[in-house]
Amino acid sequence: MGSSAVDKSVNLKNWAGNLVRTSCAQIETTDNITFIAPKPGWRGIGFGELWRQRELLYFLVWRDIKVRYKQTVIGAAWAVLQPMATMLLFSVIFGLLAKVSFDGLPYPLAVYAGLLPWMFFAAGVSQSGVSLVNQSHLVTKIYFPRIFVPTACIGASLVDFAIGFVVYAGLMSWYSQLPGIGICILPALLLLTLIATAGLGYLLAGLTVVYRDFRFVISFMMQLGMFLSAAPFPAQLWPQRYHWLLSINPMFGIIKAFRACLLDRAFDWLSLTISAAAAAVIFVVGICYFHRIERRFADIA
Amino acid sequence: MSQPAIQIESISKQYRLGLREQAHTSLREAMVDLVTGPWKRFKKLSEPTSDAGMFSALEEISLEVQPGEVVGLVGRNGAGKSTLLKILSRITEPTSGRAVLRGRVGNLLEVGTGFHPELSGRENIYLNGAILGMKRTEIDQKFDRIVDFSQIEKFLDTPVKRYSSGMYVRLAFAVAAHLEPEILLVDEVLAVGDTAFQKKCLGKMSDVARSGRTVLFVSHNMAAMKQLCDRCVWLDGGRVKMIGPTDDVIRSYLGDSDELSAEADFTPGDTGRVVFHRAWVSNTDGTAASELDALQPLWVNLDFEVRERVQNVDISAWLSTVRDTPVCFASLSDSHGGKIVPLNPGRYSCAIRIPENFLVPDIYKVTVEAQTPGVSSEDVHWNAIKFEVIETGSPMRAYREAWRYGCVFGQFDWALEETQTDRSTELGSKLHPSAVR
Repeated sequence: MGSSAVDKSVNLKNWAGNLVRTSCAQIETTDNITFIAPKPGWRGIGFGELWRQRELLYFLVWRDIKVRYKQTVIGAAWAVLQPMATMLLFSVIFGLLAKVSFDGLPYPLAVYAGLLPWMFFAAGVSQSGVSLVNQSHLVTKIYFPRIFVPTACIGASLVDFAIGFVVYAGLMSWYSQLPGIGICILPALLLLTLIATAGLGYLLAGLTVVYRDFRFVISFMMQLGMFLSAAPFPAQLWPQRYHWLLSINPMFGIIKAFRACLLDRAFDWLSLTISAAAAAVIFVVGICYFHRIERRFADIA
Repeated sequence: MSQPAIQIESISKQYRLGLREQAHTSLREAMVDLVTGPWKRFKKLSEPTSDAGMFSALEEISLEVQPGEVVGLVGRNGAGKSTLLKILSRITEPTSGRAVLRGRVGNLLEVGTGFHPELSGRENIYLNGAILGMKRTEIDQKFDRIVDFSQIEKFLDTPVKRYSSGMYVRLAFAVAAHLEPEILLVDEVLAVGDTAFQKKCLGKMSDVARSGRTVLFVSHNMAAMKQLCDRCVWLDGGRVKMIGPTDDVIRSYLGDSDELSAEADFTPGDTGRVVFHRAWVSNTDGTAASELDALQPLWVNLDFEVRERVQNVDISAWLSTVRDTPVCFASLSDSHGGKIVPLNPGRYSCAIRIPENFLVPDIYKVTVEAQTPGVSSEDVHWNAIKFEVIETGSPMRAYREAWRYGCVFGQFDWALEETQTDRSTELGSKLHPSAVR
């Protein structure tokens, strides 16, 4: 340690002493001084700490990506095969057998545009939802910002999402379909999807630690959610007058908007606005609940 | 004046037993609780003394550790040592009290935390390093030293799930040992690996200690404690029972400790023609037990190895009470007319039968030794096993603290004869039969 660090710690000492005496100091690390004291109720999220430890998040994401397709024969090809197989399945069921029309668009192309965000959402939520329980050995043995655990799961799902997009680009050229001007809001849609996924993921990760019931609830939620979000069929199958209500499920509005922007169709702005608001609410609730329950993890995990 | 590196002020940790159970409650129970909960809380408030549901893991712990000091924590299982380390490493929050740690904190509560079995050794060094709080550049710098210390160069690109447990532990310790924090919290990590590696770990720990870092160290290995620690803290039932120089604390702790150990495994040294591998005490079923029935015989069993043919080495075991009163001495030659049995190289197992109604209910220790009587000792293990003889209706059941009277029952023959007959008593007892009772 250099002398500058020593000076710094001397300066901090008085300040630290005051802080301890007035007992408003809670768990926070300031340079190299750690204060430990109980603090009931809500507390700040501590973005500074998250930023300082960002390298750890990077390593956790990297781990989840590396591990995902280990010891499989075809490896990362699964990232392509999974959505392709799902697309074919629904194209056959709804497009060929039920003769559902997708606005005159080729069914595979239209259904894939919705499955793409849905599969990211479903994978991200289910994996992050059980991430803390599955990694309780880590949580009970060492301290680090716990929110990195579910975040890393979502980060790893992003890779599959990206691969899915590449496949979609191929699919579009196959069908000679061009995206319209709506493609401009694609980044915003991606961000919205990320927010919805993270919010629900955090909420469920926290809930699963306390109530293991949610482990089973999650898979059921995802099955139900797929239909409520109209991922495998056009949203028009749901009565138009209820679309605003369905949009409370953020993925409904997001998937609708994804199709509009990728397939050059008209946007349903009301639906998208409601969904965006719902996503924001879920995100705030999720992150706050996670943070509130975080300090009890080690005792109950 | 320098400030303490670790400053703990009356830290308490309580587990609400209900809180712990909540980990297993289901949503349904939570919903039931939603209805019945307010009533329960009301009742709880009406009876302010209902502390029954609280479990105190730590009570009012205060401690100061100066920079560069190595402090050991001793105590029985459940005394709160690990809970204290968990609080200091921020894994769990205290219920009350506060602590200040000045310096970068590294924690080693378990080696290999965050290792992923599917990843290679190389990848796990980075992952584990990051989880322990190292920067990527820092790991890059230390990578070669870590690999060198762990001796796994050849398997660096093999998934760690294929590692032997020894390799796994070596790698894990190597990463942790190179963390180089200013404050290191260590829990029982030396209890892993083979003897050679344990020695290496201990060496590394001494280096860490000598390099001026502050270390808080939990272990059941008293030898390691003595070697590493300047001071020791003895925790008992969540409270500080004693703080002082390592030797004093350990002596008191070991003296007080009524931890029984029915068996002991030894790691034989290189010298000695006859060495012990294991000693244990067993009951009539032949199973190792540290608590034995006073009305049943018990067996002291020894596994030993003869490395070269010996003519004059006797195998012996002697008993003393927990208060260090010698009780008796037994040796293999007892069963061979007092002659020492020549032993050929090989592994042997022997059992000494201690009859029922022999030892007074108390705690006993057994020392085992292979020796040439009065000349030399081949191998000795002091107080290797410790067991308790339980009062189940012994001849002295009516006496309180029977051990005050002696260690063994004096099962002697008593000669009784009536020297004078008292007529009046005999008559009285006939008149009033109830008076006899």
